[in-house]
Amino acid sequence: MKKTQNKQLPKCLTGIQGLDEITGGGLPKGRPTLICGSAGSGKTLFSVEFLVRGATEYGEPGVLMAFEETAEELTENVTSLGWDLTQLVEEKKLSIDHVYIDPHEIQETGEYDLEALFIRLGFAIEEVGAKRVVLDTIETLFMGLSNASIIRAELRRLFQWLKSQGVTAIITGERGEHSLTRQGLEEYVSDCVIRLEQRTTEELTTRYLQIVKYRGSSHGSNEYPFLIEEEGISVLPITSVGLNHEVSNDRISSGIPRLDTMLDGRGYYRGSSILVTGMAGTGKSTIAAHFAQATCQRGERCLYLATEEAPQQILRNMLSIGLDLHQYIEKDLLRFEAVRPTAYGLEMRLVKIHNWIKEFQPRSLIIDPMSNMSLSGNTRQSKAFFMRLIDFLKSEKITVLLTDLTPGGTPLERTEIGVSSLMDTWLEVRTLETNGERNRLLYILKSRGMEHSNQVREFLLTKQGIELIDVYVGQGTFLTGTARAAQKAQEEFEQLSRLQKFEQKKRELESQTEILEAQITALQVQLKTQHEVLDSMIKQAENNQKNFLKNQEVMVKLRKGD
Amino acid sequence: MVNEEEFEQDIIDSLEQAINQQDRRYYVLRLYIAGTTPQSIQALQNLTKICEEYLKERYELEVIDIYQNPAMAVPGNIFAIPTLIKQLPPPLQILIGNLSNTEKVLVGLDICSIQNHV
Repeated sequence: MKKTQNKQLPKCLTGIQGLDEITGGGLPKGRPTLICGSAGSGKTLFSVEFLVRGATEYGEPGVLMAFEETAEELTENVTSLGWDLTQLVEEKKLSIDHVYIDPHEIQETGEYDLEALFIRLGFAIEEVGAKRVVLDTIETLFMGLSNASIIRAELRRLFQWLKSQGVTAIITGERGEHSLTRQGLEEYVSDCVIRLEQRTTEELTTRYLQIVKYRGSSHGSNEYPFLIEEEGISVLPITSVGLNHEVSNDRISSGIPRLDTMLDGRGYYRGSSILVTGMAGTGKSTIAAHFAQATCQRGERCLYLATEEAPQQILRNMLSIGLDLHQYIEKDLLRFEAVRPTAYGLEMRLVKIHNWIKEFQPRSLIIDPMSNMSLSGNTRQSKAFFMRLIDFLKSEKITVLLTDLTPGGTPLERTEIGVSSLMDTWLEVRTLETNGERNRLLYILKSRGMEHSNQVREFLLTKQGIELIDVYVGQGTFLTGTARAAQKAQEEFEQLSRLQKFEQKKRELESQTEILEAQITALQVQLKTQHEVLDSMIKQAENNQKNFLKNQEVMVKLRKGD
Repeated sequence: MVNEEEFEQDIIDSLEQAINQQDRRYYVLRLYIAGTTPQSIQALQNLTKICEEYLKERYELEVIDIYQNPAMAVPGNIFAIPTLIKQLPPPLQILIGNLSNTEKVLVGLDICSIQNHV
């Protein structure tokens, strides 16, 4: 495997953000590359950046042969990108030569060749010791000169000559109707062909770059969106090459203690992606704000991308539930960026986010709501957008919390953009309409890599923020809100009455016992009396007997008869 | 029947006459060549011939070999070889090619306008 890699063509890093990644190391070194595209697709800028990066970052001076614009025009055009061509020219890192061809001024009087171009190029290359050459746009020759066969022969010679000079060259060409370039330049440049295109879909314009051909090298063959922004071109590979982010076992609080408990007691994983879905008015933003607060409380930075509400409005609303986010803004821990998604295409937005992250270095990112993003692109584009964004965030170990509005009437547990599979933790906030009221419920649909609670919690927005309360589950029913409260009251009442009944019964029984005991006492007294009577009767009887016997004796004595 | 040769000779005569009578302008010409390539040599030969014929003693020709003076190609914005630049009289004219098409050269140098005479 390694051997084949070594055998690959030597490459020349362009320094253009993302392009070297797609091409696996840049353009073919020492060979010409054709860049074709329609007018305004960024060909010239692309070439100029190639030269500027070469001169400033790779120590490779360059020559720019411009057929359309003068050196002054070119310099002016790229000043806004922070490139000072004049300085580069002064430092002998760049040579700009403007070849001006006006067909009205020129008379062709016989056979000729373009030897002077070669001489000029060679002279410029020698002057700065150039390793890079740009010819922009050589097709102008065809418009200025009528003898196409001479030009074709000379171009073939030119490209051969460029190769022999060992310079990495870019030749730009205007897009043709049925071919890559109007004049079929692709015939002459066989090593690498890059196509630039600008397309407008649903009123949003996106630039695309595609590597049509790269001889002797593997390359990404997709259309890659690219942007022209403040610092030049940036090409965004649709997905990062592999899923080999370093994962963190670090856990961070969601800002809602009870939710942390539900999430295995420790909250979210750092660097994970969290999705909060729910219908309108279910409190998604509040969950996000809690997370922002928790991030700032740890002393970490949080970037809040508000795509729907103005930051001031969010601040005010959060203050009403006791979340003072303003203090964190002052401490530069929290930053709001509010841009209507329709203001840019998805690509532009992605780069904006990249730039904000680069600049602000947040540890957490909140996008509220992500559903708004899908306005500026179709579902497939949106999914690709989020995939790339989340890939990027994961590689930077930034925790991202996205809220998503579930439109009414769609099946729950399905996101609009179909990004649920990208999410590590998915919280669903749902409203339940019963007995003339709506109650919020929160549950964890999934949370990768942790033993999360399967319980549904009732979600209350109080002056102190979010409170999660157990819902009533029992007797085969499931109640929330006032119904839950009513049920609770009912139960309390029932409990009380049961208690009262018990007390009553107890008292009844007690009094009955008392009565019985009294009866027992009475009977005992009676018994005792009877015993006493009996005793006295027995005694009396005995006495009587004694007396009788005594009397008998007396009688006997008195009678003395016998 | 008109004798063609005579006719042509007539034209040329009248042309020369016209030129000699009216055109007293001084020509400053500059020819860019690349060493001794066939085109360069041919151009030089063609130009010398035309000049001698039409601009005798009222022209100045500078021949620049860009092989020897590569830096000279840039200020003159030379891309094709050979290139002839008519610097004077105004307007500035640029002719490329080996100057084998005499008519075009004459028109280009504003020596005469063929159409007026044909």
